[in-house]
Amino acid sequence: MSDVIPVLRLEGIVKTFPGVRALDGVSFSVLPGEVHALMGENGAGKSTLMKVLGGIHAPDEGRIFIAEEPTVMTSPLQAKAKGVVFIHQELSLADELTVAENIFLGELPRKSMGRVDMAKLYADTDRILKTLNVGFNARTRVGDLSIANQQMVEIARALTVEPRAVIFDEPTASLTDAEKIVLFDVIADLQSRGVGIIYISHRMEEIFKITDRISVLRDGQYRGTLETENTNEDEVTQLMIGRSLDLSRNESHHALGDVALEVRGLSCGNLFHDVSFEVRSGEVVGFYGLVGAGRTEIAETIFGLRDPSAGQILIDGQEVHISSPIDAISHGISLVPEDRKAQGLVLGMNCRDNMTLPQVGDLTAGPFVSEGAEIAIFDQYRDKLDIRTPGWKQIVGNLSGGNQQKIVIGKWLSMRPKVLIVDEPTRGIDVGSKAEIHNLIRALAAQGYAVIVISSEMPEVLHVSDRIIAMYAGRVMRQFTADEVTEDSLIQAISGIEAQEVA
Amino acid sequence: MNKKTLLKQGAIWIFIVAELAFFTVAGEFLSTSDKSFMDFDNMLLLFKQSAPIGIIALGMTIIMINGNIDLSVGATFALAAVVMLDSMTWPFMVALGDGAIPLAWAFALLTGGVLGAVNGMIVWKTGVDAFIVTLGTMLGYRGLVFMYNGENPTSNLNWTLVDFAEAQFLGLHTATWFLFAVALVLWLLMTRTVHGRNAYAIGNNREAAVNAGIKVGPHFLWNFILIGFLAALSAVVFYSESGSVNPNDGMLYELWAITAVVLGGTKLSGGYGSIISTLGGVIAIQLLRKGLGHIGAGTETVNLVIGLILIAVLFFDRQINRKGKEELKI
Repeated sequence: MSDVIPVLRLEGIVKTFPGVRALDGVSFSVLPGEVHALMGENGAGKSTLMKVLGGIHAPDEGRIFIAEEPTVMTSPLQAKAKGVVFIHQELSLADELTVAENIFLGELPRKSMGRVDMAKLYADTDRILKTLNVGFNARTRVGDLSIANQQMVEIARALTVEPRAVIFDEPTASLTDAEKIVLFDVIADLQSRGVGIIYISHRMEEIFKITDRISVLRDGQYRGTLETENTNEDEVTQLMIGRSLDLSRNESHHALGDVALEVRGLSCGNLFHDVSFEVRSGEVVGFYGLVGAGRTEIAETIFGLRDPSAGQILIDGQEVHISSPIDAISHGISLVPEDRKAQGLVLGMNCRDNMTLPQVGDLTAGPFVSEGAEIAIFDQYRDKLDIRTPGWKQIVGNLSGGNQQKIVIGKWLSMRPKVLIVDEPTRGIDVGSKAEIHNLIRALAAQGYAVIVISSEMPEVLHVSDRIIAMYAGRVMRQFTADEVTEDSLIQAISGIEAQEVA
Repeated sequence: MNKKTLLKQGAIWIFIVAELAFFTVAGEFLSTSDKSFMDFDNMLLLFKQSAPIGIIALGMTIIMINGNIDLSVGATFALAAVVMLDSMTWPFMVALGDGAIPLAWAFALLTGGVLGAVNGMIVWKTGVDAFIVTLGTMLGYRGLVFMYNGENPTSNLNWTLVDFAEAQFLGLHTATWFLFAVALVLWLLMTRTVHGRNAYAIGNNREAAVNAGIKVGPHFLWNFILIGFLAALSAVVFYSESGSVNPNDGMLYELWAITAVVLGGTKLSGGYGSIISTLGGVIAIQLLRKGLGHIGAGTETVNLVIGLILIAVLFFDRQINRKGKEELKI
């Protein structure tokens, strides 16, 4: 391999911020035609490294080589000019502009008098889109595209130059399985053109499916590079967190109580149709399906954020009418939402105020809020859930993802609910904290809560659930018990294969 | 409290001290009056003059912490004043003698509350942005003022009222007492009560607040009623003394109130801000007006300088709050 010139090589990169050594001598290289995974827990230094590579941060020490030429990166634009392009997790597209305008934003082809050369713009765009094999054209308004197609626009934007290295940052976070396959095809195509690819992801299945080598960062330090063929998930995890992790099937069993929540024939427009299921206290029911299968919408309907068009919701055998979150909360239903930052937390508020938000109205002494009562609740759930924060005054936005999620869970537990719905419990949470959240969910069930877990990650659903409900296109396809479920049957159920056979 | 928060919340007071120092020194050279700027009576007068816009600005702070804005306060101020002064000329009110005064006040405050409630109901029930809703009612309410009495001023000088408004208790004018009382009540409301807590939560993340079971619509309604009431209270305090209201009175008050709130560090996007800092913002603006007058500058200069200072202050605020070099450049 030593005769191949790496497209990109980092040597001894050091970057310190006040009080933190964010990168501590990181070195690795990407070869042409290679997919190189970069892994590490949140805070391990991946994003800082990418910012150094994109010229947003200047490294304190170390050097960057592009095709063995020492290079100083000054801005993402300059990096792009040198053939190093980034596909970010968060899309940065202008919804109201066309695909072509987005792709060439900032570098639109000009005619005289500052006019845009539309013909050239569309021709160039169509040429790029052709290589990506997508189903939309240059004139489509970006706001009308699906998330997956918008991501394709981001990728197309990277291809306006002849790239040497493309960096994908969590590209599959919001993609369905089918959409992932399209993305992987694009990556394979880039690979065959000799482009080096850095692939940042938390998802082991993907890493092992598409990468050639895996480099691991931990606490800002380079921990080594493994050949994907000759390693396994355990070894990578150990390298990432310094210990091995148990992510096997759920083995713990405890007695189940009565039916806490029952849903009969629930429908909501064309989002989901005729959904029936029950959850016993002490039971974890996992909802598994593709993005858009209607799982989150069912949770939102039960929590009163959407009005059902038909069906009944029963709590402890009694039919209840829920038309707002206030109703749901009063019936003992809690929702830990999918997007913790946008829907679950008031990021600018401190830990205590976030935790007591739904019940602060009951924690009063005279006209004023009783801070003592609030602090008591916070302390109780901080200890119970092992929330790591310097104190209740800490602003929630400054906590790690895992600790933020625990604040949301603690907020609802302190309301003593009967039913806890957790939507994507570990999205954006690092591997170590993931296991903690999983154990917490099992422990809550053991204490008698009825728990619904919605997840797009199969290992997660398998690990925490007593029963799994597979959904496809707004319908419940099958229910599995933990003993009978297999990965194959689950995949078949959620991809609609069974539905087509029946039909 | 860490150093940064202290700097953020203290900034307006540092600015006020700087103003005092500047005008005291500059006054020595430029002022035609032989009184020093920091004269005690002068400072007392400053509080009194701050009251009309100050009372509105304190209410505006809550609206802006919610992430809303109210542009109709100036028109509400004028309409409440018209109602107060005109109602005292109604025959049954005249018959009551000075007993009409509390009733006239009540009519004015009720007017403010109702106008605020109209704003709040529209914002709640239609979901239209508060900026647009109150832009509309600003024009509408001002229209009502003109419909009431055409282009003519509405006047009614009641000497009992004037005596009350000009009274000094423990050295402070009546208007100053109202300003400080409103500040105290709103400060308690925002820092100690559930309503205040919810106001910050809604402004910071409305969706999370809804998910936590907070009734956002009624919350908005109460705050609009509150600011309508405060705009009317401001009118009551001011016109008790002057006894005459022009149909154009109170114009641009909404913008002066917003200026004071923003100078005090409240975020336009909501979720962050403080009543006490707004009080600082109000005092800072009034100091600037008085100070520039003291050193012989005309009104036109005052507006120019305040405008420049507002931009400069927000620029420094941004510098303090910058997350560092990774922030996006425009």
